[in-house]
Amino acid sequence: MSIIERIKKGHFWKFHGGIHPPEQKFLTNDKPIRTLDLPDELILPLQQHIGQRGELLVKEGDKVLKGQQLTLLSSPMSVPIHAPTSGIIKAIKSSTIAHPSGLSDLCLFITPDNVDKWQERQSCEDFYQKSPQEIINKIANAGIAGMGGAGFPTHIKISSKPSINYLIINAAECEPYITADDLLIREQSTTAIDGIKILDYVLQPEHILIGIEDNKPDAIKALKKATKDIKKITVCVLPTKYPTGGEKQLITALTGLEVPSGQLPINLGIIMQNIATCFAIADAVINDTPLIRRVVTVTGQALAKPQNVWALLGTPVNYLLEQCGYQATKDKNLIMGGPMMGFNLANDQVPIIKTTNCILAPSKQEVSSENNEVDCIRCGQCADVCPSQLLPQELQWSAKAKDHVQLQKLNLFDCIDCGACAYVCPSQIPLVQYYRIAKAEIRQQQMLDVQAEKAKIRFEARKKRLEQEKIAREAKHKKAAEARKASMNKKNEGGSSATSAVAAALARVKAKKASAQAAKNNENSITEQPTQDIDTKSKVAGAISRAKAKKMALNKEAKENNTVVEAKVVNTAKSNKTDKDKDKDNDNDNDKKARIAAAVAKAKQKSAQRASSIEQKPEIQSVVEENTSSRDENKKAKISAAVAKAKEKAKAKKLATAEIKDSQTSADSEINRQEKKKIAIAKAIAKAKAKAKKQQKEETK
Amino acid sequence: MTTLIAIVVLGIMASLFGALLGFASIKYKVEGDPLAEQIDNLLPQTQCGQCGYPGCKPYANAVANGEAINKCAPGGDDTIKKIADLMGVEVQPLDENHDQDNSPKVAFIIEEDCIGCTKCIQACPVDAILGAAKQMHTIIIDECTGCDLCVAPCPVDCIEMRPIVQTTQNWQWDLNTIPVTQLD
Amino acid sequence: MGVSSRTETAIGMSFATTFVMTLASLLSYLISNYILIPLSLEYLTTMTFILVIAVVVQFTEMVVHKTSANLYRLLGIFLPLITTNCAVLGVALLNIKQQHNFFESIIYGFGAAAGFSLVLIMFSAMREKLANADVPKPFQGPAIAMITAGLMSLAFMGFSGLVKF
Repeated sequence: MSIIERIKKGHFWKFHGGIHPPEQKFLTNDKPIRTLDLPDELILPLQQHIGQRGELLVKEGDKVLKGQQLTLLSSPMSVPIHAPTSGIIKAIKSSTIAHPSGLSDLCLFITPDNVDKWQERQSCEDFYQKSPQEIINKIANAGIAGMGGAGFPTHIKISSKPSINYLIINAAECEPYITADDLLIREQSTTAIDGIKILDYVLQPEHILIGIEDNKPDAIKALKKATKDIKKITVCVLPTKYPTGGEKQLITALTGLEVPSGQLPINLGIIMQNIATCFAIADAVINDTPLIRRVVTVTGQALAKPQNVWALLGTPVNYLLEQCGYQATKDKNLIMGGPMMGFNLANDQVPIIKTTNCILAPSKQEVSSENNEVDCIRCGQCADVCPSQLLPQELQWSAKAKDHVQLQKLNLFDCIDCGACAYVCPSQIPLVQYYRIAKAEIRQQQMLDVQAEKAKIRFEARKKRLEQEKIAREAKHKKAAEARKASMNKKNEGGSSATSAVAAALARVKAKKASAQAAKNNENSITEQPTQDIDTKSKVAGAISRAKAKKMALNKEAKENNTVVEAKVVNTAKSNKTDKDKDKDNDNDNDKKARIAAAVAKAKQKSAQRASSIEQKPEIQSVVEENTSSRDENKKAKISAAVAKAKEKAKAKKLATAEIKDSQTSADSEINRQEKKKIAIAKAIAKAKAKAKKQQKEETK
Repeated sequence: MTTLIAIVVLGIMASLFGALLGFASIKYKVEGDPLAEQIDNLLPQTQCGQCGYPGCKPYANAVANGEAINKCAPGGDDTIKKIADLMGVEVQPLDENHDQDNSPKVAFIIEEDCIGCTKCIQACPVDAILGAAKQMHTIIIDECTGCDLCVAPCPVDCIEMRPIVQTTQNWQWDLNTIPVTQLD
Repeated sequence: MGVSSRTETAIGMSFATTFVMTLASLLSYLISNYILIPLSLEYLTTMTFILVIAVVVQFTEMVVHKTSANLYRLLGIFLPLITTNCAVLGVALLNIKQQHNFFESIIYGFGAAAGFSLVLIMFSAMREKLANADVPKPFQGPAIAMITAGLMSLAFMGFSGLVKF
């Protein structure tokens, strides 16, 4: 309890270092917070905090009401945004955002309709009726992110809770010029304290400490008055020193505890919230008002009437400056945030976001924009003032040499960018900038390392997969080869290996020729087609050829089943066997065309024969017998040969088309062989028939 | 006589020491070299093959066995420096055969021109291209290493390398844009 | 100079040198007292010692390669070059000249090596700082290292008057 006793007595701790820059708070701390008229246009960046941006809920041209949610709370680290006033969404496009880089990001452009019509609200007078989880959800949906500067989503901070020893409310506001929290406390102390009560209810801490610097006597008075009858809350008045408002520094100053490097205050059972965040929480929970406005200190000697203002989120900076009497100087030097930790704005169209607490428009005398850096004289003043107890000078050497290992050894990531070292540096070295660059580089490097690791894993996985595929393919090939071999062997048993090999070779040659011709024909046909038809035609052709290939494949299958039989058939046909066998062969032959052709040939032969016999009969019978018969034979042979040739041609053509689609030449040659056989059979049939007819003729004679 | 003794004594000593060293060389035999693994960890893992090896790992092995350390174009001077540190050799400038421009890039498929030939998918070493035959392909930007291996196989030249867009996430502080803020 | 740009390698080098020096002075004592002197072959001392040192260094190299491949690579050529380090031979010869006994020679060798290590490590620590410092152009690189070495040797001169014999 000694910590609390000490605090009650008003004895606090000291943190290392710190500086006392000129405060310049007198510019704004004597005037009330002004409420501004609506600007002509509001620019709402989708992302105003640390984490991910939410999903858009609206589209261009939508009408929105004041307080309407515009993006979704899609992931835990996202924070929704809300319409600051009623109006129409004019555009959703990239625009310069409030970021030191001056880069663009997606923004919503809202044109106010000047009605300022609220969406339906349900105010909640007694938040104790709600469960803590309900309140956290409410806070999350109200889009509240830390308003002190970093913009960490508040609902994340307060929903991770082991037992909390201290809830610290940060009202120190140590940076020069800024008086936003000071004025907020003075004017809205009850609401702010309500916010603290809500946090108390949700987090159940043992003690609540409000840290405030002694240069805000009115605010201290207001706070003390508002917390008079709440025992748990202690208002701790700290001596003014920059950067008392730093999270770790304030914890050290109030409790004497030091947050270890690389850890969060929550590990010590401490949660810190900014006083402005408390106000926003109260507004959200009690009045159902999402975070759509904040107090912004508009200050600097370049302004005629510097003042704190209630600025709607999305108000362009130039509107605020205009309202406060800005006289543009030649080198427009605008700073968002305080003079120590703020950053220069790329232009004055940048909107106010949730973390903007100050707009500084300094005169030339106040802030020099020249870089007068000279060499380090090793005076060591920077190390004296560093609140994180680092060695800024050593860090600087390593940062300039880009020695990332050494930088991390020197705990660069404990640097809070407070700028105290740069402030005291007699050589005017912009130390903080060097650290910021180094930090960004190290983060980038870490990201690249992660990516490289990922790429490596993916590459290895791919290699493995390809290998497996290769093995699988080889196995398949092997199997197929074996199957082929087996079928070849079977055929060889049939005893026609020599002839079939020759036939196969012939067929291959023919198929090649035919395919070449077919390809040529194809080409010709394609070139002849009007260009717009190519697609459909080639598709049709593709479909046709696919269908043909399928047919062929079917045929092949059927034939393969019958190879042995057919091989026999060839032999038998050669040795002039009976018609039965031939018929059987025809049955086996699944090629319809071949059968039709055979039928045609038969019909032709018959008619030809009949004609000849009719012719012959009335003519001389005995002497010319031999002549006619020989003539007949010649004719028949010619016919059959022609038929066979035609058939062959048709088949070759078909083969060619099949081959275009199906590049498995071995299979094709197999088919060719079958075709050859069929042709031979057909020839044999023709011959045999011719002979039979001749016999018949002789008999009729 | 003394000379003979001297020769004999030295000879005996020499052979003794020789035996000792021979024994030590067997006893302290080094198997495998963890160097390749360490080099591999330094390489950017783009698997681009610009070094003449089919991936980062083979190049790492080659470097461990005496290949030049300056052939990794995507890694650039940083990687060369790191490898030099690890190997204890001098830093060399990047091999002249490579482009000097090694700013980070990602591939981008101009989707109107894509005919769906899948050639780029087969070329991608990290499976960062999505698509099927006769369907339009696209690049998974987060997985693309910018190796540009997919550019050459494309029959319609619809793939191009684009520099990574600068966002607030990957933005680097630039010293010159922010002046010192010093108060009187 | 070769190994003193990083403290890590400097420490490795110091250990290797310490090991070699101690072992070499031990072996050289034994050889000198039990082989060379009985056989009155003192004129071979230098030659024999060089042989001994070369063997010890080779042995060390193998051990280092086995135990720490990383260190072996970082030291590179400088590891076998310990052989040519005059201090090693010098210690061995001084041991004979000053007629140290067995333990004295070991301690003498070890002490000499410890001194060498001290200088080497301190020097490397300074060079690490110098690497990132803004040294004026004409002094950059080996020049500033040599100046540092000179200043260090001046500082070490101070030790010579500390102990009175």
